[in-house]
Amino acid sequence: MYILIVGGGKVGSNLTSTLMKMGHEVTLVEGDRDRYALLEEKFEHVVRPGDATELFVLERAGVERADLVVAVTGDDEDNIIVCQVAKEKYGVPKVIARVNDPRNQPHFDMVGITLTVSATATILALIEHQLPQHELVTLIDLKRENLEIVEFAIGSGSPAAGKYVRELNLPNRSRLISVTRDGRAEIAIGETQLAPGDLVMAILEPDVEDELKQQLMPA
Amino acid sequence: MKLLIVGCGRVGSSIARNMSDDGHDVSVIDEDPEALQRLPESWPGRFVHGHGLDTEVLVEGGIGTADACVVCTDGDNTNIVIAQIARKRFDCPCVVTRVLDPARAAFYDTLGLQTVCPTSRSIDIMTEAICATPGRMTDDT
Repeated sequence: MYILIVGGGKVGSNLTSTLMKMGHEVTLVEGDRDRYALLEEKFEHVVRPGDATELFVLERAGVERADLVVAVTGDDEDNIIVCQVAKEKYGVPKVIARVNDPRNQPHFDMVGITLTVSATATILALIEHQLPQHELVTLIDLKRENLEIVEFAIGSGSPAAGKYVRELNLPNRSRLISVTRDGRAEIAIGETQLAPGDLVMAILEPDVEDELKQQLMPA
Repeated sequence: MKLLIVGCGRVGSSIARNMSDDGHDVSVIDEDPEALQRLPESWPGRFVHGHGLDTEVLVEGGIGTADACVVCTDGDNTNIVIAQIARKRFDCPCVVTRVLDPARAAFYDTLGLQTVCPTSRSIDIMTEAICATPGRMTDDT
């Protein structure tokens, strides 16, 4: 595959090394002169200088024949523009963008960039996952599959407390995966009985999240 | 009409002043609180301090009810994203966006944005001015 990476920070440079080792043809575009000089020592001709939101820079980097464009700069606006232009103007079949500020996620969705990665959102979810009491947390968001894996606690007021999994009236497009009690996790089956304080993991389509909350979490 | 201006530099503040003088209801957004100094001391409109990409800031500036929106921060990419938010997420009927790069301006025009490219305008005006001069009038030609 020919892969164009925009943004040569920690993510972009590590991605470049990894993809090259996998045998892909890679071009990395970096706009900062000093950083470009450092990257050039390591990657030589693979890295090119320039602002990849300038169309001629993208063209010279071979955007027209790219199978994949990955935008991982520290600027969400730039990542949006690079991906949108690559997709809409140059017909690149697949684009992936980094979301720096999770509050900007809706803007990526708005312009149809469906594959996004947000380190901040992932770290937040993992930390929330470590806290004893928390709201429903999305651990993994599989956008393309339209599925998410969530975790939440069964509170003492939960309508599900004391019930067996088979007795629950769960939304159709959802399944419980596991139940963690006193630090020990078990796969959820019909005979699993839920108790207050249990941490439950579930897989579901995002639009039934509210329905699942109603069934399992106290109002 | 209700007008929202994102970016209170020379262009944004001048449009704000003119439209406000003409009796329109104008609010202005800028991420630099000092930008308020560019507006008249007795500025009758609203000034919201914040980044135009922040949906809450746009809502506070009245994007939900604005009849028109002018986007003129100092970043092309920022402007293009804000303009699309105003159009697609808030259904603003008229969104005019400054884009300094002629290539990006032309492309986003094809996607339906109404862009203004001062660079292209300058190129045209300066080229026209050059071509309109007869050059040095020398006797021996």
